[in-house]
Order: sequence, then C-alpha cells, then structure tokens
Amino acid sequence: MTSPAIRLVGIEKRFGAVHANRSVDLVVEDGTIHGIIGENGAGKSTLMSILFGFYEADAGEIIVHGKPIRIRSSADAIAAGIGMVHQHFMLVETMTVAENVMLGAEGGVLTEGGLAKARAEIVRFGSEYGMQVDPDAIVGELSVGLQQRVEIIKALYRGAQILILDEPTGVLTPAEAEQLFRALAELRRQGRTILLITHKLKEIMAITDSVSVMRRGEMVAHRRTDETSPQELAELMVGRAVGLPTRTGGSVPSDILLDVRGLTVADPRGVVRVHDLSLTVRAGEILGVAGVSGNGQSELVESLSGMLPRRSGEVLLKGQPVPAEAHAGRMRALGLAHVPEDRHRMGLVTSFPAHESAILGHQGSSRYCKGVIIDRNAAIRDTADKMARFDVRPQDPLLKTANFSGGNQQKIVIAREFETEPDVLIIAQPTRGVDIGAIAFIHQKILELKAAGKAILLVSVELDEIFALSDRIAVMCGGRVMGVRRTEETDQNEIGLMMAGLEGATTGDAA
Amino acid sequence: MSTAPVSLPRWADVVLLPALNVGLAFLASGLVVLAIGESPFEATALLLRGALGHAEGLGFTLYYTTNFIFTGLAVAVAFHAGLFNIGGEGQAMLGGIGAAIAALALGALPGIIALPMAILAAALFGAAWAAIPGWLQAKRGSHVVITTIMFNFIASALLVYLLVDVFRPTGMMEPSSRVFAAGGKLPFLHDIAASLGIKLPKSPLNLSFVLALVSALAVWVLIYRSRLGYAIRTVGANPTAARYAGISPERITILAMAISGALAGMMAVNEILGVQHRLLLAFTAGYGFVGIAVALMGRGHPLGIIFAALLFGVLYQGGTELAFDKPNISRDMIVVIQGLVILFAGALEFMLKPSLARLLARKGGA
Repeated sequence: MTSPAIRLVGIEKRFGAVHANRSVDLVVEDGTIHGIIGENGAGKSTLMSILFGFYEADAGEIIVHGKPIRIRSSADAIAAGIGMVHQHFMLVETMTVAENVMLGAEGGVLTEGGLAKARAEIVRFGSEYGMQVDPDAIVGELSVGLQQRVEIIKALYRGAQILILDEPTGVLTPAEAEQLFRALAELRRQGRTILLITHKLKEIMAITDSVSVMRRGEMVAHRRTDETSPQELAELMVGRAVGLPTRTGGSVPSDILLDVRGLTVADPRGVVRVHDLSLTVRAGEILGVAGVSGNGQSELVESLSGMLPRRSGEVLLKGQPVPAEAHAGRMRALGLAHVPEDRHRMGLVTSFPAHESAILGHQGSSRYCKGVIIDRNAAIRDTADKMARFDVRPQDPLLKTANFSGGNQQKIVIAREFETEPDVLIIAQPTRGVDIGAIAFIHQKILELKAAGKAILLVSVELDEIFALSDRIAVMCGGRVMGVRRTEETDQNEIGLMMAGLEGATTGDAA
Repeated sequence: MSTAPVSLPRWADVVLLPALNVGLAFLASGLVVLAIGESPFEATALLLRGALGHAEGLGFTLYYTTNFIFTGLAVAVAFHAGLFNIGGEGQAMLGGIGAAIAALALGALPGIIALPMAILAAALFGAAWAAIPGWLQAKRGSHVVITTIMFNFIASALLVYLLVDVFRPTGMMEPSSRVFAAGGKLPFLHDIAASLGIKLPKSPLNLSFVLALVSALAVWVLIYRSRLGYAIRTVGANPTAARYAGISPERITILAMAISGALAGMMAVNEILGVQHRLLLAFTAGYGFVGIAVALMGRGHPLGIIFAALLFGVLYQGGTELAFDKPNISRDMIVVIQGLVILFAGALEFMLKPSLARLLARKGGA
C-alpha cells in the first residue's frame, strides 16, 4: 500500500481563548474522496486553512505523500500539490476563464504564452473530466456552477494532486451538484485525492469513500462510508441523538394574511428580478419558496419586507393594501417580521455588542426607549432573557455579535423577530451556515409559530428544509413562480425540474 | 476564514496602542531634533514646561485644546456614520460668519441673551454648510470627501468676500469686521476668576472650554445612548442592516453631517466670540484638519478626543514656546513634530496592531 496522501498528526491551533483544533489526527488515503463533516465552528475550516497555509499550526505535523513538510503560505501548499476550492470563489469576474486560470502562473512578462497553455489545458481538462468550459468566456457572465468549475480547473492547472473543496454544493442546483460529483469521481479514478468539507450528510453518503467527524475542535471519529449511516454521523457531529422535527399535518383553511398580486421588483441597478409574481399565504400555513439562489427570491423578500421598492403590483397584509413606499420600519409596525437571508449583511451589526444587535429594527420601540434615549438596561435584560429561552451560547448580552458562532447569531436574529408577535413572517434561509442542533431548534420554533396561526413565507435553497416544513411549495425561476404544489402531492424530483425552469402546470391551482 | 483575526483586549486597544504610537512619534521627533544639533531631552523639557509648567502656558494650552475638541468631535460624529468629513475648516468659517452676524446684530443686548444666540448661529451655519455635502452624498452619491474639500474653498472665498465687501467698516485697511459690542464677547477665564477674587495671568482661555467639555458629554450621550446615535452607528457599520431596520441611510447621512458641521462651526465660538471678538480672515488656522488626527487618535470616543485634543494643545503651545527659546528649532520644526504625531497616531494607527495582538496572544496562551 502506498503512503497516504495526507497525514496530520497532533495539529493544535488556538485563537486566543478559542481552541479551534485540539490534537487533530487525520489520514487521507491516496486516490480517495475523504469527507470531513462537523457542525459550524467544529474546526473544519481552521484545519483546512492550516493545510492550505492560511494559518500555521501551533503544534503538530503535516505529512504529504510520506514527506513531512511545513506549510506557511498557500504557495507552499500549491508547491506540495494541494489545491483548494473556496466556498466563496476567488475569481476576477471581469477576466476570461483562461486569464483566471493563468492567474499567478503567467510564466513571463508577456501573457500570450501562458494564455495559450492555459487554453489548451482547459480544453484538455474539459474532455478528460467532463468539465467543459469556454476558455474565452468572461467569468462574471458564467453561472455559479461553471464558476466553481473554473476554480477546480485553476487548482488542477497548478498541479494539484490533492484537492480541498469547502462546502462546494451550497450554491449549486441539484443537477449542478450531480455534475460536480461526477467530475470528482472522475478525478478520483485518475488517482487524485479529494477532501470534501461539508455539513450535508447526504453528500457524504453519496460520494465519499471514508469520512472523519469533527466536534468542538476535535476529531471524534473516522469511518468508512459504507460502514456508517447518516444517523450515526449526525449523532457523532452533535454528540447526542438528534431528530429533526417535521411538518405537523396539513393546514386548516383560514384567512389570507399575505396576498401578493402581480408584484414586479427591480434591483437597485434597475434589472427586473421579480416578474408579475402572485402568491398568498394563509394564517397557520407555511408557504415554502424553492429555487436556485439568484432567481429573484432575495428581491421578493426584500420587497415584501420594505427594503426594495416595488415597480408595480399590489401587496395586501391582513387584507389591507400596503403602500408602495412603506419602508422596513413601517412593515414591522404593520405586523410583519423578517428573518433576512444574510444575517451578516442585514440581520445583525457584527461590530455591536449582542444587546444592540438584538434590538435592530426595534430601536424605536417603547420597550427599549425612554424618549430619544435608548434604555440600555432594558435592552440588556431583554436580550439576556431571549438568550436563555433560545439557548444562545455564550449567554452574554455584552459580547460582541461577531464573537458568536453562526448558529448562535442566527438564534439572536430569530429570537428578535419571532418574539414580536408578528402576524406574517418572512423567513429567508433560516438555517444557512447553522449546525444541526440549531437547525432542529429553529425548525421547531418555526413550526410553533405556524401552530400559533401565523402566516409564514419560507424561502430556502435547501430543498430538504422546504419539504420538511412547508404546507405548499412555490418554485421560483427567473423571477417567476413556475408553479405551486401541495407538499404531499409532489416530490423533490418534480420541484427540482421546476427549479431548472421546466414548467409544470403553471396554473398554480394549489394556490 | 481568509485572514487571521486580529483582535486586542480593550485596554490595549484604547490605552496601550495610542500610547505606543505617540511614543514612536516622539522618538522620531527626537531624532529630527538631534539631527539639527539640539538635545531632544532639553527640547522635550522646554516643550512640556512651556505648555504645562506655568498658569499662562496652561491657559494657552487649554485654549488650543478647545478648538481641537470641537473639530475632533465633528470628525468623530461623521465617522460613526461612515462618513469622512474633512470640511471642518470650511464649516468653522461658516460658523464664524454665523457667530459674527449674531454678535454684530445683538451685541448691544446683554450677553446672557446675545451669546446663546451667537453660539446657536455658529452651530446652525456650520450645520447647514455640512448638510449640503451630506445631501449630495445621500441623494446624488457625490463623495463627501471630495465635496467637503471643495466646500472648504468656497467657504474661504465667501469669507474673503464678506470681510472685504460687507463687514469691513469704511476706512479700515484690514479685512475684518468691527469689534463686537460687550454682549457679543464670551468672558475670559481670567476675568471670571478676577470677579471671584482669584488672580490668574491673562490667556485666551475663555468660557468656550466649558462648552467644549459639555459638547463632548453631549456627543457621548448622542452616539452611545440615543436612538439617533444608534441609527448613526448602524448606518456607519452596516448600511444594509440599517435599511433592514427601517433606518434611512440617506436621512442619517444628512443628519450626521449636519451635527458634525455644527460641532465644527462651534470652533468659531472659541476663536471669534471668545478671543478675537470680531470676524477676521484665516481664523480657522488648520484646526479643522488637525481635528481628523484628533478624532483618529481618540478612537472616535469623546473621552479619547478630549485627551488627544489636550496632546495637540500641548504640542501647539509648547511648540510655540520652544521655537521662542531655541532659535534653531523654528516654528516649522514644530509643524514637523506635529506631522509625525499625526503620521504615527493617525495614518499608521494600525501599523503595530497585528504584532501587538500576536505578542499578547502568545503571552496569554503560554
């Protein structure tokens, strides 16, 4: 047997008081696909960053193909044959594919030679691994799936024998993810080694040969994929048995609380993102909006919550028409709560202490204000109370928002929005970047609100989430609703086809 | 996950880092003094004695400090909203025009009526002058850095025009207004002390110093305790989150610029109502620009700004005395030293931060 592609021995890394990696050992066999799974903040990304030279380990050994090496920068990692495909692509959007692939390996003062070589290689990779992409296309004009392909080609072009992929499917359609996995399987067949970091158990089961589980900075288990089960992995990740709550029966027909008619929304650049969209949500109902990200869901949510003006159409809240110029503060006053898709960009101010983030949007509420002065003590008390009830850890209202893990930040947002007794909730990507334990908790809370008779519009790119919670599912593609289905009358296959733009019956009869 | 997070304990961020930066600036200044053949130690001693060693010098130091507190607060308020107001000079000039108009018109009234009106006029004129770039930024996207700089030139030209063609009494050669009547003059501290039977040497220190300290307290309440301050900080830290929260970034941009301009305009209270008692050319003397360094050094916090303003007050007053005592060290040398302080404390503010963080982290970890 050959020496393993990667052997990590006793990797230690601390950031101040945070022990991100504790004596981590890992063996990745040559020519395999090895999954690393763990909750957010378990230390997966830190470990991979050490492997790719962003951080240096405080202690421990890295052995690549039997040779102990020191990796102090990404250049060292590349020289050792390690390539990385980041979650957020590192591409220059205005350049062509070939220029991007060549970047950092131009091979001389003039770029012509390097470009020709890059072009040839791109074509070769395309035919060998089924990863075709036009070398002269502008990267910014490619779909997300193709951009990711460019990232992989970039790593291969630099001679990567070991490829690290960090949450690669988060931005892909099911079909694109399928293609990616076929390409990865082909790379494995040709003898390359792949490290796949993910929090999706399904992907681990579908493609990896073996899997390592991390929890709180430690490597808690190594398994051969065919000898384990999703249930076992989930328990190893969380450290206890987990059961995800699911939808509780069908909804009782009741009043329409949110009624959207012919909504058209343009983004700030003037591009129309939502075309003539209509939907309704009743009290005690969850309407799931499925779709590949970037198909107008964000603009729909921002328009309904008062962040983006609508171009035309009507919105009725509890039967009352909402004026087109109503801003987010007005919408809140009308009884609409909004859990935004991106807590860092919208839902929180990461530089604020938690108690200040926890009143965002309610800074004018009499609960937190004495006249023009904010009642800091009331905000702190209230935040501490919410943190206790939503199990936010650490339970410290004075801690800077940025210092909470993703799941706990999301709980702060959710607590804030759920606790205001809204009638209508717009919830976008409620569990993005949130660990399994917190997902179960958040889903439970959403279902409780439904039971309490709220109308909930749930936008998510996670089909599993949509199916687990929704009573009805609307599928968006290209800014339009392709169709609405009752959850029990459809399956992921049909919804997947509609997400790709293949119309089902567009009558929306289930509405 | 891209770069190593750099964070310092609060005490290091607030005390140690600024102290190190000032120390470096003095070290570099010492080398410059050494290079022209003078003893840095003697120069430092002279500077400190000149600024703090006697009552008159202290009076001058605090008088300069007053100007820096106002302009420093002005820059800081805009900074909290994510705006870089470098138009403090122009806003102070307009503040001076406002103060002068009120003092000239109402000077015959008792000071208790005329002075609050004149102070208000200074703040309002400064606010209006800053609100225009604020409006242009909010509604038209014209960057405040560019527009506030351009507004400095417009203000300067406006001041010259008004002084030469409007305010100058006939027959006077100097472009300045007439001296205000008694009601338009803020009392000097040595006069107040004298009325209480305490004898203080004469200095330009006047009641504006108290106004500056009160303003610092007011800014602290505004920024850290009020709803408006919350909105200002939210817009500054994350405009999208502000929109999410129903806060209009446009409105806050204009408001924050207006408050910033009002504070800069109040610098004229010290110079025009407090010391000169008439409107004259170039009374802003670069204080508006130094306010940027004061705000950066004070970390945008009113308490920090008071200390940073005091440091610059010491440098101004001590530097003047030093230039007086040491002919080798000219007034321009003092400007060099001030420049070094600005360079290290302002522009290179974060130079030491990563290494300091690493050092502290290592000590903490071991």
